[in-house]
Amino acid sequence: MHYLFEPGLLSSGPVRTALLVGAVVAITSGVIGVFTVIRGQSFAGHSLADVATTGGSGAFLIGLNQFWGFLAAGVAAAGLMEAIGVQRRRGRDVATGVVLGAALGAAALFLYLGTLHTATTGASFTVLFGSIFVISPDTVPALVASGVVAILSVSVLARVLLLTSLSPDLAKARGVNVRLVGAVYLIALAISVSLAAVAIGAVLSTALLIGPSATALRVTKSPVRAMAASAVTGLAATWLGIVLAYDSYYWPPYGHGWPVSFFVVALVLVGYLLSYARRPRRLAPRSPHEGAECSPA
Amino acid sequence: MLNTWIAASIVAVVAGVTGFFAVLRGSTFAAHAIPNGAFAGAAGASLLGINVIWGLAVFAVGGALGIGALGRKARHDVVTALALVLMLGLGALFVSVSSQYAEETYSLLFGEVFGVSRGEVLPIAGLGVVAAAAIVLAFRPLMLTSALPEVADARGVSTRRTELYFLVVMALATSMTVPVVGALLMFSLMIGPAAAARSVTARPGVAMALSVVIALVTVWLSIALSYRTNWPLGFFVGVAGAVFYLVAQVRK
Repeated sequence: MHYLFEPGLLSSGPVRTALLVGAVVAITSGVIGVFTVIRGQSFAGHSLADVATTGGSGAFLIGLNQFWGFLAAGVAAAGLMEAIGVQRRRGRDVATGVVLGAALGAAALFLYLGTLHTATTGASFTVLFGSIFVISPDTVPALVASGVVAILSVSVLARVLLLTSLSPDLAKARGVNVRLVGAVYLIALAISVSLAAVAIGAVLSTALLIGPSATALRVTKSPVRAMAASAVTGLAATWLGIVLAYDSYYWPPYGHGWPVSFFVVALVLVGYLLSYARRPRRLAPRSPHEGAECSPA
Repeated sequence: MLNTWIAASIVAVVAGVTGFFAVLRGSTFAAHAIPNGAFAGAAGASLLGINVIWGLAVFAVGGALGIGALGRKARHDVVTALALVLMLGLGALFVSVSSQYAEETYSLLFGEVFGVSRGEVLPIAGLGVVAAAAIVLAFRPLMLTSALPEVADARGVSTRRTELYFLVVMALATSMTVPVVGALLMFSLMIGPAAAARSVTARPGVAMALSVVIALVTVWLSIALSYRTNWPLGFFVGVAGAVFYLVAQVRK
């Protein structure tokens, strides 16, 4: 055990904060990610994260905490995507892509202007690839609260959400307001993406959102069990990633840790590939031309 | 400056041509994922001290093959997302291990006017010709599998193989673009002009030509503005792509 847990791991303040935030992030992303995968909205999830980059770098420019930047931009982008219309699937990917490109361009400008004024060069790395060890303890309550809000709203809506994801027509016939449910879900997604962006970086948050959920959905058919399995998988990957990153100070090149985000992403991917060892089962039937599409219905 | 201008013009032509099919086939997400992955290759190459373009090519083509191969067995969008984050994660590792200046990472991600050296122009031109030729040669099967997959199947054109072929060509086109407009904005250059062109005309040949023209205008404008203001090239490319798309949508 001594080899895995370097001395001083659990007595270090930043590590404890990291483990706590990592847990909140992993569980939120795990639960919400299951719906993202079922609804085939991986691209939407990733786009929200990329747009959140703009918010994060904007916050950096005006000296705010990055989480608020991520959150504001993420929720705004979710609203915009809803306005563009989730129904028009063909045009949606392209419209999302164009918005995404403009947002990333703005992020580039903010980061450039930010480094120009404050002369801190590591900012683009922090915004894009995260830095879980430097989260200030003051923001932890806000992070935990946002995670709880996101999980609660999705749990309350779980049944309806599942119905609208699998069969929108049936849901409509039963008097469900499909649009409202979709909008609430997108906002929960934006919150969970912002959380993940704080932990492992805006462009990598997709790993925690999609990886554990896709793994869980390959292993079990039941959505509830999938949510639990995906939260546990995400949690394991995040905590192990934090421990490994802490240990990596003693790996070459010496005196320089490897990024947490790399370990988390790698572990999430290993989990996904391991799920291939089992016989695959799928929730949604596969369309014959899925290969040509980016987001299956 | 001249190097960048030549390289960027080649890039714009290829991005216009490939982007047309990316929009038509709905491969928007893959068009976003492959350049991002190529960033890891560039970071790895500069860690090892070899020419960046080889790192870009290896990672972009590797990512395309991975998406194509794994996408056969599982949900395509999930596989694309995971391939994307794996490569970005590797990029983060390479960048952090190689302790180079943050500005280099930044210019790989967001592009830089002076990002192209004289030695890089020739490989970029070579890759550009290969990518453009590959698209032109396969124009008919690509059109057929994009527009009428059933007919393509009936005629014995493999949808899967065409898709893989297209992804690899896109990867080649990508590896030449990243040093110029940056990994995150390559995607804007592919999707913005092509989407704008598609909403103006329905005829494939005209749309493709228009998409190339818009991409060229975007790049030239961005280089000029970036040179004047010293702001990142990617910012102008991203915004110009969105503006062209909006104008085309409004005109429609």
